[in-house]
Amino acid sequence: MQKLFRFLKPYKLELILGPLFKLLEAIFELLVPIVMAKIIDNGISQNNTSYIGKMCALIVVLGICGMCFAITCQYLAARCAFHYGADLRKALYQHINSLSCTELDKLGTSTLINRITNDVTASQSGVNMFIRLASRTPFLIIGAIVMVFIIDAKLSLIFLAIAPIIGFLLYFVMSKTIPLYTKNQKKLDNIARHTGENLEGVRVIRAFSRQKQEVKAFADECADLEKSMLTVGKISAVLNPLTFIVINLGIVAVLWFGGVHVDTGRLTQGNLTAFANYMTQILLAMIAFANLVVILTKAQASSIRVAQVLETVSTMQDGSELSDSANSEIAIKFNHVNFSYAGAGDSILENINFEIKKGQTLGIIGGTGSGKSTLAGLIYRSYDVTQGEVQVFGKNIKNYQLKALNKKIGLVPQKAVLFTGSIAENLKWADENISESDMQKALDIAQASEFVNQLQYGLNTHLVQGGRNLSGGQKQRLTIARALAGKPEILILDDSMSALDYATDAKLRTALKEQCKNMTKVIISQRATSLMHADLILVLDDGACVGKGTHDALLKSCGVYQEIYHSQMQ
Amino acid sequence: MKIIFRILKYCRPYLGYFILTIICTLIGISLSLIAPLLIGKAIDFTIAENHVDFAGLIKIVIVLALTVCISGLFQWLQGLFINKLAFGTVKNLRSELTVKLEELPISYIDSNQRGDMIARVISDIEILSDGLLQGFAQLFTGIVTILGVLILMLMINMKIALIVVIMTPISLLVATKITKLSHDAFQKQSALRGNIGALTEELVGNQKLVKAFAYEDRAEQRFSNINQELGEAGLKATFFASISNPATRFVNNLIYAAVGTVGALGAVGTLPWIGVMTVGELATFLTYANQYTKPFNEISGVFAELQNAISCTQRVFEILDTPSEPDDSNFEKLTSCHGDLEIRHIAFSYTEDKKLIQDFSMHAHTGQKIAIVGKTGCGKSTIINLLLRFYEIQKGEILLDGKSTKNLTRDSLRKQFGMVLQETWIFTGTVAENIAYGKPNATREEIEQAGRSAHAHGFIKRLPNGYDTVISDHSGLSQGQKQLLCIARIMLTNPPMLILDEATSSIDLRTEHRIQKAFETLMQGKTSFIIAHRLSTIRSADWILVMQDGNIMEQGNHDMLMQQGGYYASLYQSQFAG
Repeated sequence: MQKLFRFLKPYKLELILGPLFKLLEAIFELLVPIVMAKIIDNGISQNNTSYIGKMCALIVVLGICGMCFAITCQYLAARCAFHYGADLRKALYQHINSLSCTELDKLGTSTLINRITNDVTASQSGVNMFIRLASRTPFLIIGAIVMVFIIDAKLSLIFLAIAPIIGFLLYFVMSKTIPLYTKNQKKLDNIARHTGENLEGVRVIRAFSRQKQEVKAFADECADLEKSMLTVGKISAVLNPLTFIVINLGIVAVLWFGGVHVDTGRLTQGNLTAFANYMTQILLAMIAFANLVVILTKAQASSIRVAQVLETVSTMQDGSELSDSANSEIAIKFNHVNFSYAGAGDSILENINFEIKKGQTLGIIGGTGSGKSTLAGLIYRSYDVTQGEVQVFGKNIKNYQLKALNKKIGLVPQKAVLFTGSIAENLKWADENISESDMQKALDIAQASEFVNQLQYGLNTHLVQGGRNLSGGQKQRLTIARALAGKPEILILDDSMSALDYATDAKLRTALKEQCKNMTKVIISQRATSLMHADLILVLDDGACVGKGTHDALLKSCGVYQEIYHSQMQ
Repeated sequence: MKIIFRILKYCRPYLGYFILTIICTLIGISLSLIAPLLIGKAIDFTIAENHVDFAGLIKIVIVLALTVCISGLFQWLQGLFINKLAFGTVKNLRSELTVKLEELPISYIDSNQRGDMIARVISDIEILSDGLLQGFAQLFTGIVTILGVLILMLMINMKIALIVVIMTPISLLVATKITKLSHDAFQKQSALRGNIGALTEELVGNQKLVKAFAYEDRAEQRFSNINQELGEAGLKATFFASISNPATRFVNNLIYAAVGTVGALGAVGTLPWIGVMTVGELATFLTYANQYTKPFNEISGVFAELQNAISCTQRVFEILDTPSEPDDSNFEKLTSCHGDLEIRHIAFSYTEDKKLIQDFSMHAHTGQKIAIVGKTGCGKSTIINLLLRFYEIQKGEILLDGKSTKNLTRDSLRKQFGMVLQETWIFTGTVAENIAYGKPNATREEIEQAGRSAHAHGFIKRLPNGYDTVISDHSGLSQGQKQLLCIARIMLTNPPMLILDEATSSIDLRTEHRIQKAFETLMQGKTSFIIAHRLSTIRSADWILVMQDGNIMEQGNHDMLMQQGGYYASLYQSQFAG
């Protein structure tokens, strides 16, 4: 929590004034029983009607003031908390954007999403509740104790005896139940996971006729969850009745010993009434305090998770040069490049050397896990090389401004991901201001214009998340069009024609060749036919470059390439 | 209302707990309400110096102590019983829902979003439990408290009690007004929270793309816009909701003051019509007036939660009300077959408006290899859906060994097929469990043998715990490795017919080459349907089905189709086109 304090700084005023107003309300609230005691002792015993009237009006006035103070405090609390939350969320998102792939891999995207949404919310409600309750409850408890001390010091010893008992009770129940609640949540997550797996694998499950066993597994999980929920329930069910009993037994003691004091004349009847009232007030305050502790514990845990992300620093240093300053005929050059992921010992790529000229096509082929995508990723600096250097247009890519480098490169990822929004909005990813005719041109080259124009709303067709309303091949063609729409100087196709049939694949390659003459193309594929016309083909095997050359040269010289080619052509 | 009755039906096994809950609430609350009465009585025994009636006081104090303890006991029991009732009902409902999941027609599962269905099994049922069952407890407690307090106040002093009753509408009005205000704001907030979650998931989930396209600034702008809206909506919702406490306290205060004034004047004798009132009675009355207003607030909150819970329950019942696959337990159970499969004049479409297969026939003899070829999205997976009866054909029939598959149980029919689908399915469990999915009683030797035949043994051995390594769909196995495990699964069950849906498309080519050989052994004597892009596989098939737009365009063997010079021929030639 402490690490996030800087996000609270702009709202200092709210942070100070909020609890202050709450304090005022609490003071006014504490005064009410005293006024009532005065009514009983002075008004009733002396038959003073006008005194009673005045005092009751005073209670109403106290009430109105109390309410105004309280509402002011609630407003300040909500304002501070939600602005803090929005700021934090934004900062967190900006920070995630600044991290490099190395850090993203380490943190994991699913947890990042959770932290932006759930954890920020928890931290935010922690702030809200803190302002609202942190001053009020302790003040009410201490205030009530001070009040009873003033009324009768000896009798107030009863309070001092009871408060620790209740405190211990709260502590006991909470320390027992909080871990159990976490455990239950895990069990519930497990059922959710199991349900998801079952929906996904429904065909396999039914093909193997395993429905009965699945049902049984579910039934066991549900029963297990019920059992542990009952266990927690048993412990937490004790809390309220026990506090009720303890507080009321305290009142019993107050009545008895208070009676003794009244008999000796040390205490008035009205004060005894007030005494009992304070007892109830403490009960309510204690319970509110327990809630506050629970919320703050959760907020603390969440804040730590948020702070962790904010503390992660990008290991990648941005360069300063803009793209215009580079002007070499060699588009891409790898110079003794080695690469391994941070923290993992084994090299993913070893001693990679090659260069490719502007406008030429580079093919990369190899089995899964041979390092093809990793190699392509090094070109657009998703990771930094461990050794050696990568040059784009004659400059080490570390010297480029990352954004400038990315503008030069159009990426078509292996997994065809599209985003919620219209097709046009997706095509605008690389260049916000692209004209419609340029979009059409990109679609043409990507062999996508035919089906896009057949859609009822054409470019304005809305894609649901991930483009689920399109087929795999259509999605892939759109991702290619999206990359082309940015008019990149280098186009990277990361095994992104796999869902295309051979005919479309061929047409696309022809279009790229004819209409994008100045564009340098990097094509990763498992199909030899997709690459055989490339100017240079790299054959990767387990991170090493085992062959380099044109199709014809490799067919003669490279064993791995021969094996791949013949397995497909036989 | 119907829904509530239906939920009550699920509570029936816990009827005993239901009744016990009501009884315990009645006793626990009534006794706790008597406590202030006794406290007031006790105060009345302590009038002033030397005027304390200790004999009376001790009696009252003892009775009070007993009352409080018994009340606490029953409150505790009430909590236990309501838990039994709520958690038990939830367990039954959730179990029934999961049973239903295994019975639903595939078409239903295909056409509904997975996340949404999971939400129904998990969070909707949780909300049902919190809102409806715990809500019921709160509601009942609230009503009993209000009525109990009212009766007790009427017993002490009918006229002052009437003052309290007259002021009731204020409490109600304040409570409902605030609930409504905050309810609307909360709805807006949760909608926006959903939006920002979806946006974050999409953007952060594809962060590498965001970076590659230098899209960060615009992404931040989009995020920031929703974020700001969310902040405003949340502020409103929380603020409105948080007014409720001070407002109630103020209403309490008003009632407190009114009761105090009138009561004190009554005690003094200024207002003779009030009747005589003791100081103790006044103290009791004040406590009651305090307790009277609180439940109104809680009840209005409960109603909002109830509405929410009912709409969630509706979503749960929607699934339960979807018709299951029809019961076929009386049909013939196939124990084995030769794999002679004949398709006669079948017709099938997913929807009325888009006709797919209109009239298709073919005959696959035992041991034949049938290849299905076509562009992506041409409807190849439809064939699988029909062969395994994931969807039912609308016309014609499919005969297995001369028996119409309609007259066999679905389970026994499906067991005759071994299937490796385009999307691999790995569940959370050990490697051995995953391989033995179709044959849970397989020995370790059998499992390892299957692993070897599928060329998976090598990489499995290299996993941290070998065959006992716990894996899941997201545990870092490569697509190729996952597919190898799925193949091993089939190796183990050895069914008479095979369906390979692009089974080898994402395994690297050298491994694929080896698997190809293993498959050939597996396919011997088996009727196999293969869906693949690789024409080399297709060329060796006995029969080829060429599909386009959901229709079977051409069928025949490779040479026949090449001679026809139709769609297949052009598709084949394009593989070598530059």
